[in-house]
Amino acid sequence: MIGITGYGAYIPRLRLSRKAVVLANAWFAPQFASRAKGSRAMANWDEDCITMAVAAARDCLGVGEDRSHIRGLYLASCTLPFADRLNAGIVSEALTLDDAVDALDIVGSQRAALGALTSALTQSKTTAGQFLILAADTRKTRAASSQELDFGDGAAALTVGSEGVIAEFLGVGLISVDFVDHFRMAGEEVDYQWEERWIRDEGIGKLMPRAITEALRQASVNAADVDHFIFPSTISKIDAQLAKSCGIKPAALVDSLAATVGDTGTPHALLLLAQVLEKATPGQIILVSQFGSGAQALVFRVTAAIAQFRPRRGVSAWLQRGAEENNYTKFLAFKRQLELDRGMRGEQDKKTALTTLYRHKNAIMGLVGGRCQTTGEVHYPPSRISYTPGAPAVDTQTPYKLAERQATVLSWSAEYLSYYPSPPQFYGQVDFDGGGRLLMEFTDLTHGEVDAGTRMDMVFRIKDLDEKRGFVRYFWKATPAREALAGNKET
Amino acid sequence: MPSGIKDKVVILGMGCSRFGERWDSSPEDLMVEAYAEAMQDAGIDPKQLDAAWFSTHMSDVGTGRGGLPMSIALRLPNIGVTRVENFCAGGSEAVRAAVYAVAAGACDIAIALGVEKLKDTGYGGLPVATVGTYVPQWYPNAVAPANFAQLASAYRHKHKVDAGLLKRAIAHVSVKSHANGVKNAKAHLQKAVTEEQVLNAPIIAEPLGLFDCCGVSDGAAAVIVTRPDIARGLGKRDLVSFKALQVATSNGWEMHSNQWDGSYFHTARIAAKRAYAEAGITHPRDEVSMLEVHDCFSVTELVTMEDLYLSPEGGGVKDVMDGVFDADGAIPCQIDGGLKCFGHPVGASGIRMLYEMYLQLQGRAGPRQLPDPRIGLTHNLGGQPPQNVCSVSIVGSLD
Repeated sequence: MIGITGYGAYIPRLRLSRKAVVLANAWFAPQFASRAKGSRAMANWDEDCITMAVAAARDCLGVGEDRSHIRGLYLASCTLPFADRLNAGIVSEALTLDDAVDALDIVGSQRAALGALTSALTQSKTTAGQFLILAADTRKTRAASSQELDFGDGAAALTVGSEGVIAEFLGVGLISVDFVDHFRMAGEEVDYQWEERWIRDEGIGKLMPRAITEALRQASVNAADVDHFIFPSTISKIDAQLAKSCGIKPAALVDSLAATVGDTGTPHALLLLAQVLEKATPGQIILVSQFGSGAQALVFRVTAAIAQFRPRRGVSAWLQRGAEENNYTKFLAFKRQLELDRGMRGEQDKKTALTTLYRHKNAIMGLVGGRCQTTGEVHYPPSRISYTPGAPAVDTQTPYKLAERQATVLSWSAEYLSYYPSPPQFYGQVDFDGGGRLLMEFTDLTHGEVDAGTRMDMVFRIKDLDEKRGFVRYFWKATPAREALAGNKET
Repeated sequence: MPSGIKDKVVILGMGCSRFGERWDSSPEDLMVEAYAEAMQDAGIDPKQLDAAWFSTHMSDVGTGRGGLPMSIALRLPNIGVTRVENFCAGGSEAVRAAVYAVAAGACDIAIALGVEKLKDTGYGGLPVATVGTYVPQWYPNAVAPANFAQLASAYRHKHKVDAGLLKRAIAHVSVKSHANGVKNAKAHLQKAVTEEQVLNAPIIAEPLGLFDCCGVSDGAAAVIVTRPDIARGLGKRDLVSFKALQVATSNGWEMHSNQWDGSYFHTARIAAKRAYAEAGITHPRDEVSMLEVHDCFSVTELVTMEDLYLSPEGGGVKDVMDGVFDADGAIPCQIDGGLKCFGHPVGASGIRMLYEMYLQLQGRAGPRQLPDPRIGLTHNLGGQPPQNVCSVSIVGSLD
C-alpha cells in the first residue's frame, strides 16, 4: 500500500487584521469596506518559504533525531527565495537529513505541491523509505489589492511511503494546460491577475471536472462517496459549484480557512488536507484538488493507522496560537514593500563567507553542537578542545543535535539601539535541556512574555539579509514554548 | 609562584587629554595632547624612551591598524611601537606590556598610550565592530547595552531582587558618577543628574536607560614608566608604584557551559584574587582606598563591587544605596567621573583610570582630592559578561 504516512503544517503567528488593512487603504480603495472581517496569516520579518517549510516539516516529523528514513524531499513553492541554489537543500540541512536525500525544488504553478505529491507517490512504488513533501508560499501583493486581503502565508508537510500509511493513495487525475489566470515573470514581485469570471467559468469550471473525474475513475470511487472535498480558491463559492457539477455532496466541502488564514497559495491544498487528516476517520474518502496551469486531483482512503499519527501541533493548534496584528505598515515593512529609515546602524555589511558557512554548515544550519564523550558537557559551537576547567580534552566531541530540545532563559534584554526590522531586538542566553548554552536572538514574542526561567523552543529563521548581494543568512532563534492543544501531544 | 610586579616599576609621568566630542581634533591631535603632558610631567627627552605600546581598538574609525600611527604622530625616535588591542581593556594591556618590559630590564623607560576617536562614525553609541566570518553567522547582532543589561535579569533572578529596587540602585551609581564628574575639567559630561532624571530616561536596553550607559567620546591618555632607581635619579619623589597587574580572559566556560549563572564576571573574580595576592592585600574592603572601575553601564559597576570582593555577594545593592562608593563614602569609586562622565574612547580608558589614581596618590587631584589615599585599584573590562578580558591593576605609594 502506498500513501500518506504523516502530515504537518505551519501558520505564522502573526494574523493581520483585515480591518486594519481596509481602514488604512479606505481613502484609496473604498470598495473593500465590506471585507474588513477576519485576519490573514502574515509571516514575521524573519520568515520565508524556507523557514516555514522547515517549521511544517518539524511539525510533521516530530522531535525524533533519527530522520534517516527520509529518502526524498520535494519543496513546492512559487515564492522561493533562491532562483539558483537548491532551496530544498537548505531545508534538508536545517532538518539534518542524510545528505543522500533526493532534494528537489518544484515550482511554477499553484498546483506544484500536488505535482510533488503525485511524483513522490509514484516513486514510492519502487523506492523504499519516505518522501517528505513540503509546500510553502509568502506571496507579495500590491497594496490595496484584493489579493492583499485574500492571501495568507503558510506551509504544509506530508510524508509519503509504503509503511505506516494513514491515507491510501487511490488515484490521480491531471491536465497541464496553459490557462493563464495570473502570471508573474521572473524577477517581478507581484502577480498580474485576469478577470475572475473568466477564470471561474472557462478555467476552473471546465478543467477541474476533467481532473476530478479521472482521479475518481482511477480510484474506482463514486463522486457521491467523497467525504472530504478540498479545492482552495479565492473565488467565492466556486468549491460548492465545482462539487455540485462533479456530483460531490455539499457536506464534503472543506472550509478554506479564508476567515483566519487566507489563501496560502501553493501549499493551500496540502494545508487543508493536513487539517482534514487531524479529524478524519478510517474508511473516509478524501479528494484533494488544486488549480493552476491546468488541474490536478488526488483521491485517498483513510486507513486504521490514522489514529497512530499526530503532528506536533497541527493546523488546529497553529490556528489557536495566532496573535492579531493591527499594524498595516508593519505588514508592508515585513514584506519589504515599505522602506523605513534604518539609521546608520542599518548600514552594516552582512556579507556571508560561503567557505565558512560550508565548513560549519552542520552547526549553523542544523544547530548541531558537540558533546564531550568524557564529561558529557555540550558545546555550541562544537570545538576541538572541550572547555572542562582544568582538564581540557582534545577531540572528544561527537555531533549533538540541539534544535529539538527545549531551553530555559538564563538572561535577556530587549534593546532599542541597533537597527532591527521589528524592534526592540530581544536576545539572551538560553540553557538547553541536557546541556549546552547559546546566546541567541528571540523571535515571535510579545513584551513581558520572557524572563529568566522562561521555557523556549528553537525555530529556524532568517538571521540577516545581505541586500547588497542578494543573500539570505539563516540560523536558529528561540521563541517562548507554547503548549500544544490538548489532543495534539508532542510526540 | 612568580614573584610578581609589586614595586618593581613606577610611574614617571602621565598625561590625559580632555575627553569629549572633540569635533576639531584628530586622533593624532589627541595623542599629542596626552603625550605632551606626560612628557612634561616625566621631564624627559623623547630620546630617553626605549619602547612604546599603543592601544587603539577600532580599525575602521580612528587611526587604523599597527604601531605606525603613534610613531608618526609623535615623531618617536624609531623605537619599537607595538599596537595592543584587547577590546575595551586594551589601555591596561598597553600599560602591562610597558611595565613588564621595564621590569624585565629590556627597557629603562617605556611609554604606553591609548587613543580612540569614536565621534567620526556619524551616529551615537559605540561603532559596530566586525567579528570575523563565523561568529556573525550564529551569534546575535548583539550591542553592548543589551549584553550588559542581561546582568540585571540574571542578578535579579539569582538574588531575588525587586526590579524597582535594582533600577534605583543602578540609578544611584550614575547619580554618584555625575556628581564626581562636575569637579573634573577633563570629563566629557560635567553635569549633575538627579535620580528622577535617571529613572525616567528613555530605555536603551531593558532595564538600562540612557543615563545607565556611559558616554561615547574621543580621548587619549599616556603613561611613562621606569624603575624606581631611575625615577629617583631623575629627581622624582612621592613615587607611585605598580603593586599588581593582572588580566583574566574567558575561555568559553561562561558562554558555553551551563555552570555560570550570568549575574557576575567570572574573570573579574579571578583577576581580583590574583591582583590582591600580588599586591599583598588580604582585606580589600579595608585596604583599597579608592577605585576606578569599568562602569560602561551602571549595572556593570554594581556587580563589579561584588566581583572585586568589596561588597559581599548579593550585597552590592545595599552598599551602593548606603553610599559606600560615593565620594564621601568608605571606598570612593569613579572619583573622576568614570566612564559615565568621561565617555569611553576604548583604547584610552584603562590609562585614563590609572591617571586619576596617579593624581590622587600624588595629591594633585584638585577639587576631587581624597584625604590621604594609599592604594588605588583600576578595573578595565573588554568584551561582554559571558566572554571578556578583565584587567585589575593596583597602584600605590612606593614607601
